[in-house]
Amino acid sequence: MMELVCPAGTPASLRAAVDAGAHSVYCGFADDTNARNFPGLNFSRAELAAGVAYAKARGSKVLVAINTFPEAGNEALWHRAVADAETAGAHAVILADLGLIAYAAEKHPGLRRHLSVQAAAANPDIINFYAETFDVKRVVLPRVLSVQEIAAINREIDTETEVFVFGGLCVMAEGRCSLSSFITGRSPNMNGVCSPASHVTYTEEGQELAAKLGGYTIHRASKGTPAPYPTLCKGCFKVGSRTGYVFEDPASLDASELLPALAKAGVTALKIEGRQRSRAYVAQVVRNFRAAVEALEEGRPVPAGMLAQLTEGQSATAGAYNKIWR
Amino acid sequence: MELTIGPIQGFWDAGHWSDFYARLAETPGVTKVVLGELVCSKRLPFYQTRMPEAIERLQTGGKHVAVTSLALVTLKRERKMTAELAGTGLEVEVNDLTALAHIPEHAPFSVGPLVNVYNEGTLSYLKQRGARSFCLPPELPLASVSRLAAKAGTTPVEVWGWGRLPLAISGRCYHARYHDRAKDQCQFVCANDPDGFAVDTLDDQTFLAINGVQTLSDPCANMSHDLTALEAAGVASLRLSPQHTGFFNIIALFHDLVCGRIDADELSARALPLAPGAAFCNGFLGGPNGISWSGRT
Repeated sequence: MMELVCPAGTPASLRAAVDAGAHSVYCGFADDTNARNFPGLNFSRAELAAGVAYAKARGSKVLVAINTFPEAGNEALWHRAVADAETAGAHAVILADLGLIAYAAEKHPGLRRHLSVQAAAANPDIINFYAETFDVKRVVLPRVLSVQEIAAINREIDTETEVFVFGGLCVMAEGRCSLSSFITGRSPNMNGVCSPASHVTYTEEGQELAAKLGGYTIHRASKGTPAPYPTLCKGCFKVGSRTGYVFEDPASLDASELLPALAKAGVTALKIEGRQRSRAYVAQVVRNFRAAVEALEEGRPVPAGMLAQLTEGQSATAGAYNKIWR
Repeated sequence: MELTIGPIQGFWDAGHWSDFYARLAETPGVTKVVLGELVCSKRLPFYQTRMPEAIERLQTGGKHVAVTSLALVTLKRERKMTAELAGTGLEVEVNDLTALAHIPEHAPFSVGPLVNVYNEGTLSYLKQRGARSFCLPPELPLASVSRLAAKAGTTPVEVWGWGRLPLAISGRCYHARYHDRAKDQCQFVCANDPDGFAVDTLDDQTFLAINGVQTLSDPCANMSHDLTALEAAGVASLRLSPQHTGFFNIIALFHDLVCGRIDADELSARALPLAPGAAFCNGFLGGPNGISWSGRT
């Protein structure tokens, strides 16, 4: 059965994900070391240890995301995170920074290493480099690849692959984007945030509501219609003679219909985005996906449209998995 | 402070491309030139056969020459392109770690601005692996630049000095999307905008620019006002990113600046009419955000 890797922003979500059938749960520490560094989210050392115990007792694994790029002069914070993840009994750490991977391989050789999507390893040559140099066991593939390309990659590597199937959708190659810090000064790579809420304002302007990020208008909607969160790359802008979603519509990823193709492509694990989402959301998505991978395992069809009501009240897309998206 | 000319980010007509490098070979003040295709592998065949001549001219003109890797390597032909760079005998500027996988251990290479060198550990790893110079990611604040330059020791460290900033790379082509074309049938429409195509906000704020699969800043980065601080931090060179018109004036202005013949205010005043986006930014180094500008113009 394909492994289901599920998000947990809080201990309660971790338990909910495990109870709903998550094979693995990923989470991070409450600091700059992980890519969902949001207020009120993430784990203390004690909470992680308790979460690992809860998961292990129910046959699930905990993966710790330490997937931002350590700040110069402050690497000790990231080094400590790796050591503490091992102490807490994490099954693996999910890392993005080359220096941190080298450090973990040297100082914590027994701790399993996964390559974060933030490392944007998009072809067999670089994946094999990470596997051979640092004994990386699994790579989370960037969301720039089609299913056919994922299948081709799997034919040339021994490393396990994990792919995002549901939730937020990065339009740019992950870990290679500084749009957010260009506008807000805070970025996924350095701070673990993108288009942070601290920089968002909604302004009523006549009959319209303007959603702004760092003072820049990202979206405008007539009053009464839902205004999407102003994520920079999903904003509405002017280019030449046109006005529209230059980079991507305010859509989220739903690859549930591609599960059979992803299984055939040799994918080991399916990842659900959403450590910032509620416990109830996590439980429902995990339950539905667990049913889907079980159906797949038993040769039954995957129920269609099972998650439509959860896609952020917006349209859903299969993103780059369909080549035409590009 | 030395001056490096980075690879052309846009898609230029082949004739213009050749003329540009022929003139660059004769241009004083330029120490190093990085050339080759950074953004889109489909563009390379248009000028690939012209590269040996351009390289030879640059070398004859006394320039240190490096060839860049692609910024994002996914397709088979892109992997082949990347693997072949290591066999050219030229210095490879790694802008996707895939290139590193093809460079024999301890063979020399340089590290470009699109590799995530954010800290001492990554810098040390790459240096031990054979890196002879680093152009740091434009996103880094001055404090990080200082620490990394100190860690690099005698290995030269460079920062982005001029030009629209490379902010993101994607699998999707935004030029093709704008023109309602599939990426595979793009008909090379990005050639219409050799310095990128401006993306403004709904309130007409200057914002970003698209360049095929790449997203650039619309305002032009200009680090002339940071020269003293960068020198104090131990930075050895500034990277000037080519633009389709007026670029040799920009080089001359920066050459005058680093030689002390003009100050940053004069450079900025004279360079503004030539700047892509007709506005400046330098905020990644010391401002509240990348788009902010601390100069007077």
